[in-house]
Amino acid sequence: MSEHEYVPKSKAAKWFNDRLPLLTLGAHLTDYPTPKNLNYWWTFGGILTFCLITQIVTGIVLAMHYVAHADLAFASVEHIMRDVNYGWLIRYIHSNGASMFFLAVYIHIFRSLFYGSYKSPREVIWIIGLMIYLLMMAAAFMGYVLPWGQMSFWGATVITNLFSAIPLVGDSITTWLWGAYSVDNPTLNRFFSLHYLIPFLILGLVVLHIWALHVPGNNNPVGIDIKKPSKDTVPFHPYITIKDAFALLVFMIIFAGFVFFTPNVLGHSDNYIPANPLVTPAHIVPEWYLLPFYAILRSVPDKLGGVILMFSAIFILFVLPWLDTSKVRSAVFRPIYRQFFWILVIDVLMLGYVGAMPAEGIYLVLARVGTIYYFLHFIVVMPVVGYLEKTDPIPMSISEPVLTGGAEPSLARKVNDKV
Amino acid sequence: MIKSNIKLIVLSFLLLISLRPLQSAEMVDPIKVDWSFKGLTGTFDRASLQRGFQVYKEVCASCHSMQYLSYRNLGEPGGPEFSEQEVKAIAASFEIEDGPDSQGEMFTRPGKPSDKFKSPYPNVQAATAANGGAYPPDMSVLVKARKGGANYIYSVLVGYEDPPPGVRLDDGVYYNKYMAGNKIKMPNNLMDGLVEYADGTESTVDQMAKDVTTFLAWAAEPELEERHKTGVKVIIYLVLLTILVYLSMKKIWSRIDSEV
Repeated sequence: MSEHEYVPKSKAAKWFNDRLPLLTLGAHLTDYPTPKNLNYWWTFGGILTFCLITQIVTGIVLAMHYVAHADLAFASVEHIMRDVNYGWLIRYIHSNGASMFFLAVYIHIFRSLFYGSYKSPREVIWIIGLMIYLLMMAAAFMGYVLPWGQMSFWGATVITNLFSAIPLVGDSITTWLWGAYSVDNPTLNRFFSLHYLIPFLILGLVVLHIWALHVPGNNNPVGIDIKKPSKDTVPFHPYITIKDAFALLVFMIIFAGFVFFTPNVLGHSDNYIPANPLVTPAHIVPEWYLLPFYAILRSVPDKLGGVILMFSAIFILFVLPWLDTSKVRSAVFRPIYRQFFWILVIDVLMLGYVGAMPAEGIYLVLARVGTIYYFLHFIVVMPVVGYLEKTDPIPMSISEPVLTGGAEPSLARKVNDKV
Repeated sequence: MIKSNIKLIVLSFLLLISLRPLQSAEMVDPIKVDWSFKGLTGTFDRASLQRGFQVYKEVCASCHSMQYLSYRNLGEPGGPEFSEQEVKAIAASFEIEDGPDSQGEMFTRPGKPSDKFKSPYPNVQAATAANGGAYPPDMSVLVKARKGGANYIYSVLVGYEDPPPGVRLDDGVYYNKYMAGNKIKMPNNLMDGLVEYADGTESTVDQMAKDVTTFLAWAAEPELEERHKTGVKVIIYLVLLTILVYLSMKKIWSRIDSEV
């Protein structure tokens, strides 16, 4: 690879680079050979980086004006909205930014599921990614508490109360988390502190995520290993940078649409009512991006069981690379798995929908069916289909799809169409 | 393949959403009003905002606070846009408690534009006690704090009716078909001709309800006009930039034999 040959042009640059090879790193990132057939589902890594930076920058500015105190938090948010220059813009970017962040991360995760990006040799990238996702959920949940509206308060009460389901020590742990005997000022204070901390942990993990990615290189829609660099690859810059930039701009147009024209549509109107420990809202619902897990939690009649199942729904993803027995990465060549993939997508969307509805009647039934299917997909479907499925012939390379099963030139085109 | 699957997903999702819950049957959907501040380029009707402020001041303000607004807001662009003199006069018509002075005493003085709207009660408990146990909510962000927003507020204001036969109401409880549970502790305060509008508009119940709702919508989102204006510019800018980047991308990728 070219970074081995990289020599800085000026003497000063060479002096510096010999001591800290930042320029070598820059050259590596620029030249990084990337499969040339990456489609737009692959642009969400860059989009997610943009989301993280946006949240950090707007968050730092908001923290300059926000007051983390139970009596002042709600008023300080209104102060930001009314009196801080462009405070409304910064806050709406931050609050809608959280939703856009999750939208992008879900596409990113499902991309990985479809094209088998979690499989060998990319298991570590996948696991670091899931850790980022977990931290994102923690950060988003705590961030939603900060305005100290009704949903903030009651959402915090519901989620922290989950820990009380732990046998024997549950109540002590919950009290310890609260720093009080209910969700109160100490809770708000520590949530603010952690909400400020977590994005920087995420940033660190993102560096590891990208580092781990640069060891094997990108997966691609065909899902085969490719020689790097070769006819199948392009340098990251300018090919991938310009494509990522284009996709990011389209994403930003949608983002701006929310921020400027429907800034509160993704939030809950109850959160503009100041927190009141004496009045419980009719329906306590989390933000949309946590709804599938909320549905799983409520589908179990037992509290501890629900909590265990909800956490299992996330942690099962960590062993996904070992549950999937198929040797073929991309679902493009897996006619059976492909169908199950889309059923899983529908299942998760359905869980999200019933998560927003009251847990009764048909919704409870749907939540239970959806939950059972979710786990069946990973525990049964993935290992079994991987063994039994007869996969389609796989091309030898991206540029020259020479086939394993004899000559069939039309397949090359077919592959491209699918991709 | 992928396209047909996406269609399938969208279809099944629409089907799911059409399974709307049989929500509390007695609650009626709010009336849809064609507000001037709706849509991508919506702005507030200045005259309506000024009339709405008058209704708020003469009717609502005797029970409801608006603690996050300042009198100066009334003169700021995108709002009722009262003149500087008018804002000063409005502020000065309120006696504001200030202090402590150098003797340690609290005192009252005429309001200044920088003062927050004066609240009718010293605290939530006092407001609750004075209103039969129901706290009249602060109206600063009320429109954002209710599902249905401005339509809902307007509907409640015009939604008072005699209770249907069989519905018994306690003293101090009123029947309103748009309110959750149909019971509301706020009496119907609007009557035709209640307010004498400074601009000569006829003050029907409907007119006053629309005006005060417009005023509340502005109070909840004083940035709305600037937000809409900036938003249009931002989107135009982004679309142009996207086109340029798209063309650059096509040019760059034309160097190799691959599709973008």
